[in-house]
Amino acid sequence: MSMKHAISILVDNQAGVLSRVVGLFSGRGFNIESLSVAPTLDPTKSKMVITTTGNEQVLEQIKKQLNKLINVIKVVDYLDKDYVEREMILIKVKAKEQTRTEVLRISEIFRAKVVDVSPASYTLALTGDQDKLKAFIELLNPVGIIDFVRTGTIVMEREMQAKRRTDS
Amino acid sequence: MKKITGAYAFIEALRCEGVKHVFGYPGGAVLDIFDAIMDAPDIQFILSRHEQGAVHAADGYARASGRVGVALVTSGPGATNTVTGIATACMDSIPIVVFSGQVSTNLIGNDAFQEADTVGITRPCTKHNYLVKDCEELPMVIKEAFYIASTGRPGPVLVDIPKDVMRGLISFKYPDKVCLEGYCPTYKGHLGQIKRILGTILKSRHPVIYAGGGVVLSNASAELSALARQLHIPVTTTLMGLGAFPADDPLWLGMLGMHGTYAANMAVTEADCLVAIGARFDDRVTGKIDEFAPRARIIHIDIDPTSISKNVQVDLPVVGDCKGVLTDMLEELRDKQHDVNELHHGVQPWLDLLEQWKRDHPLRYEQGTGLKPQYVIEKINELTPDDAIISTEVGQNQMWTAQFYRFKAPRLFLTSGGLGTMGYGFPAAIGAQVAFPERTVIDIAGDGSIQMNIQELATVVQYNLPVKVMIINNGFLGMVRQWQSLFYKGRYSHTSMAVSPDFVKLAEAYGARGLRVENTADVEDAIRQALAIKGPVFVDFRVEPEEDVYPMVPAGAPINNMLLV
Repeated sequence: MSMKHAISILVDNQAGVLSRVVGLFSGRGFNIESLSVAPTLDPTKSKMVITTTGNEQVLEQIKKQLNKLINVIKVVDYLDKDYVEREMILIKVKAKEQTRTEVLRISEIFRAKVVDVSPASYTLALTGDQDKLKAFIELLNPVGIIDFVRTGTIVMEREMQAKRRTDS
Repeated sequence: MKKITGAYAFIEALRCEGVKHVFGYPGGAVLDIFDAIMDAPDIQFILSRHEQGAVHAADGYARASGRVGVALVTSGPGATNTVTGIATACMDSIPIVVFSGQVSTNLIGNDAFQEADTVGITRPCTKHNYLVKDCEELPMVIKEAFYIASTGRPGPVLVDIPKDVMRGLISFKYPDKVCLEGYCPTYKGHLGQIKRILGTILKSRHPVIYAGGGVVLSNASAELSALARQLHIPVTTTLMGLGAFPADDPLWLGMLGMHGTYAANMAVTEADCLVAIGARFDDRVTGKIDEFAPRARIIHIDIDPTSISKNVQVDLPVVGDCKGVLTDMLEELRDKQHDVNELHHGVQPWLDLLEQWKRDHPLRYEQGTGLKPQYVIEKINELTPDDAIISTEVGQNQMWTAQFYRFKAPRLFLTSGGLGTMGYGFPAAIGAQVAFPERTVIDIAGDGSIQMNIQELATVVQYNLPVKVMIINNGFLGMVRQWQSLFYKGRYSHTSMAVSPDFVKLAEAYGARGLRVENTADVEDAIRQALAIKGPVFVDFRVEPEEDVYPMVPAGAPINNMLLV
């Protein structure tokens, strides 16, 4: 069954490493839905989070192929884990007289922040998991979305794991 | 400590790696290293006539000797010309290190003269690659390059060295070890899993070993033979595995796959236990994947975890070095004599059946009036010493060699299996001859393939390398013509090589010897004569133009669905 996976990849923080990882996905026909990358606490390393979909066999290949790259230190698939997931969206919506309060009301419910205002628009910032962002976009759609930018998902394992892996 | 330039540090690093031979071609961005080579008489440089030839030669050198092959080229076109050679080595897991010159770091990205993004271009076809931006990094990068190329599943590594890095000054110290956090190949197989696979093998009644190039690469032929003989398990190999198991052993089934033997393909189809060792279930081996080894429990031993369950779902995988895992298996068998005896008894009907298949459907060809290519290969097999090294080009010449030359030991057969690179065989033979100047080295070529790197004639003449090139000249791109004949209604679209040089005169023009054979009766004499000549020879065998390679499994068909002669 094809499922969405969030994979974190710890890599050497060096020039060209991102293109090795991305090249692997494109060269082998794997799909990248979102990607985020930034240095970690240890500045010699970076962490990438890639969300991708595929069945078990495809995901197994992706993980093995990633591990084969010399600059990849660790690969974690979060499917079997409890984790915190966040993504940020900046969304610019039309704000006409009759919809200004509606926009503010929706953003309050979602705890979004207004980060820019103009006579005709609001720019809102929201963080959350993908479902929350999706719901936010859907609710703002009737108001009129001018543009949005998303960061891609980042994830972190929860300290207290409720799910227990059975095969370890 | 006295400081030396990056170019001299490069030479020192090669010495530390024990490099004795470098294949390559000079150019502007790599002049400093070439200048330093003048002061290194202990490192023999072999000048190819095209960078592709240099990389194939380094590859042939590595395959024949087991040592890392080294090539050195300039930036831009020098580097892009290496790509086919690197991709060839990558597909077949051959340990080579390619060094390319690069424009100075301050010019990188400026579209400078002879600039190419070499690291970017070669990223998908190397095991790993480097752009050295600081002279101080050079020794460590070279150390890592050789380490990565030769360990785990081997492969090509490219090191791109800008001109200013060659000219920079450093206090040279070669590192003792590498520190690569993200790279630690698994050599030792899981012992519990090894016990489980032995349990499965010992309980099987129709077992087959399917061995690949990994057995050759890990020098595990002796262990493979010991296991097969101890357990009475018949062996087939892939193209890359030829020689891993001696072709004169009664347990030998021949190669499997698209042009495999009847016995090998039927054995795999009927097997109840398939032991894949250092092989990767390539499409030319499996045919229709759903019907490959349909009755078998599949065991897979491989050092590369990505090979396992990539194409075929494996029941019992073991990640580890073939040699180590086979050694552990032999060790585990010591106190299982009772089970082994049971197995011997149980597999006897299977071995009898395989014998019958071998007898009923041997490799064969129809005798005709013209010169048969298969006959030429049979005669080469007969007349060459047991330690002769045979390379091939790609196509019919390659498949007939795989079928009719009987390899009795590993590292004697050099061929581009994965990428299928025409033009590989001649430069690869050059590399092998450099590694073993005293041995017989033969390239079995086609009239199409040989022209893809024919410029290397100058190389063999310059270094008096006595490579013998046996051209199976049928006036066609024979394998493509065969497909056109079988699957494209005989429409021979651009596969005729009707216009080719006179290979005898061409060889002579370069200062080599040339012979021509048109009749079956003259084959033996010509081969003897060529082998006796102490220099490079081209032999132009004018064979029947439309001979096909059989057996053949049509692309996408199950492998027991063979077209036979």
